[in-house]
Amino acid sequence: MTVLIFGIHDGDQLTPASRSAITCGLQLADRVDVLLMGAECQSVANEAASLDGVARVLVAQAEHLSEPLAENMAPVIQGLASEYIWVLAAADSAGKNVMPRVAAALGVQQISDIVAVIDGETFVRPIYAGNALARVRTRDAQRVITVRSTAFAPVAPGDQVASIEFVEAAGDSGLVEHHGYRLSGGDGPDLGSADIVVSGGRGVGSAENFALINRLAERLNAAVGASRAAVDAGYVPNDHQVGQTGRVVAPALYLAVGISGAIQHLAGMKESRVIAAINSDPEAPIFDLADYGLVQDLMSALEELEHTLAETPSPLGKSA
Amino acid sequence: MKVVVGVKRVVDAYVKIRVRSDGQGVETANTKMSMNPFDEIATEAAVRLLESGIVDEVLAVSVGPDSVQEQLRTCLAMGANRALQISAEPDLEPLVIARALQAVCQRESPDLVLLGKQAIDDDCNQTGQMLAALQGWAQATSVSGLEVSQDHVRATREIDTGLEQLRLTLPAVISVDLRLNDPRYPRLPDIMKAKRATLETLTLESLGVDSTPRLETLEVTEPPRRKPGVRVATVAELVDRLRNEAGVIP
Repeated sequence: MTVLIFGIHDGDQLTPASRSAITCGLQLADRVDVLLMGAECQSVANEAASLDGVARVLVAQAEHLSEPLAENMAPVIQGLASEYIWVLAAADSAGKNVMPRVAAALGVQQISDIVAVIDGETFVRPIYAGNALARVRTRDAQRVITVRSTAFAPVAPGDQVASIEFVEAAGDSGLVEHHGYRLSGGDGPDLGSADIVVSGGRGVGSAENFALINRLAERLNAAVGASRAAVDAGYVPNDHQVGQTGRVVAPALYLAVGISGAIQHLAGMKESRVIAAINSDPEAPIFDLADYGLVQDLMSALEELEHTLAETPSPLGKSA
Repeated sequence: MKVVVGVKRVVDAYVKIRVRSDGQGVETANTKMSMNPFDEIATEAAVRLLESGIVDEVLAVSVGPDSVQEQLRTCLAMGANRALQISAEPDLEPLVIARALQAVCQRESPDLVLLGKQAIDDDCNQTGQMLAALQGWAQATSVSGLEVSQDHVRATREIDTGLEQLRLTLPAVISVDLRLNDPRYPRLPDIMKAKRATLETLTLESLGVDSTPRLETLEVTEPPRRKPGVRVATVAELVDRLRNEAGVIP
């Protein structure tokens, strides 16, 4: 095999972003190996082994790999890397944390957040918050790459089952202790892979008003997004932030409510298939990007939306 | 305790960048340049540690041509004690910067290195993790909460699912996120004082760091434009269009 994917998982399943990284890997080779690390990986290994194009699932199991600590995970990847030309991971918070540590240990210049594979050494990646695209060619014989998941569809199960092999876990670095999470949770779909994202900005005005965004998202089975301003103002936790430094999303519908459209925010959502924007300011830059723009007071628009969506769609509705 | 802060000079966050017509990069001539916003937050964090008495020395470091002295003087005006320019060509790759900072760490033996989590020009998000790897140190990236003690650091990281808490043994590398603090505006007397301050200078070459690029940028292009949208008059029209024209809601 020539491609190794660092598979990021929740204990049960690979993340959709990691399945996108496999899709990217399959543009470099016919089959890929997937490395899983954790305290207990059996069920995720079974799932990964069923995915299309996966040749081998490599499992490093150890108590000190139960949390994605870069100090403990990077050496495991590094130890396997010599067998591979390409080492890939999703550009999610775990991939961004771990992979540069691998690249530096191998002495190669990582290629971050690629959105296209031109050939085995040439890739496209966004720079300047996505306001430009750079086509870059690496001179490194080994290539450490993170993959922007919105640019590659998650791989589906295939008709063969890969072998599962256990590999050695490097020892505990002893440099860092994990002291737990504060997860905002919620029952809605994952922001990174939802079909619809309803996103609120500073214009929403308060945490109480933001409940209307949450309710609308629930009705549409959508994930809740937010601009940096809404997170900074405390309307919504940090993990909802969409943008250059938050999550990058590309749903079928991105509904931006009270978001003016700073370039840092647009960087995280402009690849969405359809963008709709509601804003009371007719000059808001978000309207330059929106397929559908509505200038209206947000509170009245959110209430009307709720009523309108509650009505059954008319069977005589116009078709496209 | 000694802290090293790494800072980068970048195109200002509020400039609308233009792709050069020769496709070899973005226009930087006559463009407003600033300190990378994340590095400003890192500098602020270091200066607050200095003011709290936990830290007694803050060394600001930037790698690049003489123009980076402007950003180093901003660090001094914000309260850093010393500033070091590692003289080099512009636009070096993160691995080169990490190796330069590694050489600084070997000379200066800091207890903590603070950096921005990414630069807003190349959006790489690599230098901190690379430096930690090269030094064999602990790392915490995307940090929005920080408590420094004599031999360890408690860091809160922003991750895709919320927040994560780590305890790192020092020395360590911390890359900071937006919500760690609001950087101060330096006071005019401090700006004037920083203008006259002596900067330390080293060359990348003298540190033995190879700056040969590993990545060749073949072309820089503008992203494809979206087709122009329409304004709708009412919520009912919006819902109708999303449902029946775009087919994106049930």
